[in-house]
Amino acid sequence: MATEQPGAEASGTDVTGTHANGIDTTGIDALVASWRTWIEQRDAIAPADVDELEGHLRDQVDDLLGRGLSDDEAFLVAVKRLGRVDDLAREYAREHSERLWKQLVLGDGSPSGAAVGSGAGTGRRRAAGLAVALGLGVAAGLAVKLPELFGVDAPRDLSFYLRNAALLVLPFLAAYFAWRRRLDAVPIAVVAGGFAVFAIALNAYPFDPDVSSLAATELLAAIHSIVALWLIVGVAYTGGDWRRDASRMDFVRFSGEWFVYYLLLALGGGALSALTIGVFASIGVDVSWFVFEWVLPCGAAGAVLVAAWLVEAKQRVIENIAPVLTKVFTPLMTAMMLALIVAALVQWNLVDVSRDLLIAFDVVLVVVVALLVYSISARDPLQAPGWFDRLQVLMLASALVVDVIVLIAMLGRTGEFGFSPNKTASLGLNLILAANLVWALRLQVGFVRGRLPFAAVERWQTAYLPVYLAWAAFVALAFPPLFGFA
Amino acid sequence: MRIGKDLVAAAATPVVLGILADGESYGYAILQRIADLSGGELQWSDGMLYPLLHRLERLGQVESEWRQSDAGRPRKHYRLSAAGAAALAEQRRQWTVVGDVLGKVWPHDGGPRANLALGMA
Repeated sequence: MATEQPGAEASGTDVTGTHANGIDTTGIDALVASWRTWIEQRDAIAPADVDELEGHLRDQVDDLLGRGLSDDEAFLVAVKRLGRVDDLAREYAREHSERLWKQLVLGDGSPSGAAVGSGAGTGRRRAAGLAVALGLGVAAGLAVKLPELFGVDAPRDLSFYLRNAALLVLPFLAAYFAWRRRLDAVPIAVVAGGFAVFAIALNAYPFDPDVSSLAATELLAAIHSIVALWLIVGVAYTGGDWRRDASRMDFVRFSGEWFVYYLLLALGGGALSALTIGVFASIGVDVSWFVFEWVLPCGAAGAVLVAAWLVEAKQRVIENIAPVLTKVFTPLMTAMMLALIVAALVQWNLVDVSRDLLIAFDVVLVVVVALLVYSISARDPLQAPGWFDRLQVLMLASALVVDVIVLIAMLGRTGEFGFSPNKTASLGLNLILAANLVWALRLQVGFVRGRLPFAAVERWQTAYLPVYLAWAAFVALAFPPLFGFA
Repeated sequence: MRIGKDLVAAAATPVVLGILADGESYGYAILQRIADLSGGELQWSDGMLYPLLHRLERLGQVESEWRQSDAGRPRKHYRLSAAGAAALAEQRRQWTVVGDVLGKVWPHDGGPRANLALGMA
């Protein structure tokens, strides 16, 4: 409180209704007003919470005044009893992580202007974040080119790069978070062990070496290893605290924001590369080989780290964008699926399914789960259910109806096609996502009807994350031997 | 005697739920009641009560409502929900077990309070 300007005009005191014209009438009002501006700087404490705390403060002050203390004395005692503002803000942040997950990520609960030296290393660590991220990004870019030194030829050995894309880049992201969160030995061992298992399996499996056609299990293993390794990076992201629902939700938020930033960087990088080639071509110099062999692969790898750093550091510059996108696309997605149901009923030719239909519907379900999860991640858990929550019920229900139609159609025809690796993988993913959505729909209906707290909806999604990891690891590690590396 | 930090943290939830089981209340009154009941020995920073109440609300164990106080100030009232009553019953079972065990582990003539009680009897 000592640093606060005593004359600070308070905007929030109109809650008390005690002064109409902005001139402080009594000592207590002025003191409370300056206390309010001080505490309102904390992002973790919402204005309604400050109202609640102010009510408490004033009750306490009134009590103490009744016992004969002076205004100043009563105010000082009451403020002291509330507790240190930093501790209080941290406690609010722990409960309301959606309000400022960036500050939690950076490791302390204080706003930039009032940083307190709780840990001497924290500030330096934050400042060094960009340097370390850039260093690791350059290292990841070089790691992508490293196999060429050992005789791997990029255009010919496409399958090598396909299998190892995540293995070459994501360890650097995991290392960044290990450094950032000062990870303990156990989580480091878990993450390193996970990467080692995938590295050995994906490169030791005797996939069909034919370069002209990629083995189906190889492609599946490559795709699913990216998902599995990303979730393993999540262990490092949460600082080893991956069992807590809130840390898992933070990782989900991070993933969404990272994706958006990565897309922006990729768009910018692609446009710049095209411009570079064009400008040099106009003076008769061909730089396209340099762009395609060096700039694009190294840039794509390095951007993974830069995007991660941007998510952590620049949260304030742009609002969280993933939740905004969900708000826009949830109604559109719902409309699309309702139209599809109507079309399927009118035409009744969904039964005549092609092989790719199931994969297309996996994509639909992935989008639905993503829309659901990101709107959950940004929602104030204390808000009463509104129109958007009801719309989500409709979206979930229509997605499930469509999926059931597709599943019935597919199951009817498995006899004809048999269980190929591709079909088993897409059927498994479909069932996993449908199971998630069925239970999510049940919880969502309970929440809309006011029977269940929002925490139940939230906890279901964070509790489901290990299922994705297990399935991705199973497809990547067990499918190739199960299907004879075909 | 001051009760240790960890024990206070563990006791906070059942105590708050128990007080709300007597009827709805608001933050300042809850803290007053805790101070009265414990003779001032069960204490924490006043402000810390509110994040705790918000957590209970998020879990659906309490419900809240803004009202006007006598002085005309807005005040957030909390009341126990059905889920909160169930949580309280569960907490109570657990604490009873802990209390029973402690009662059996510690000899009855050991503590100063027991001696005092014997002396008075």
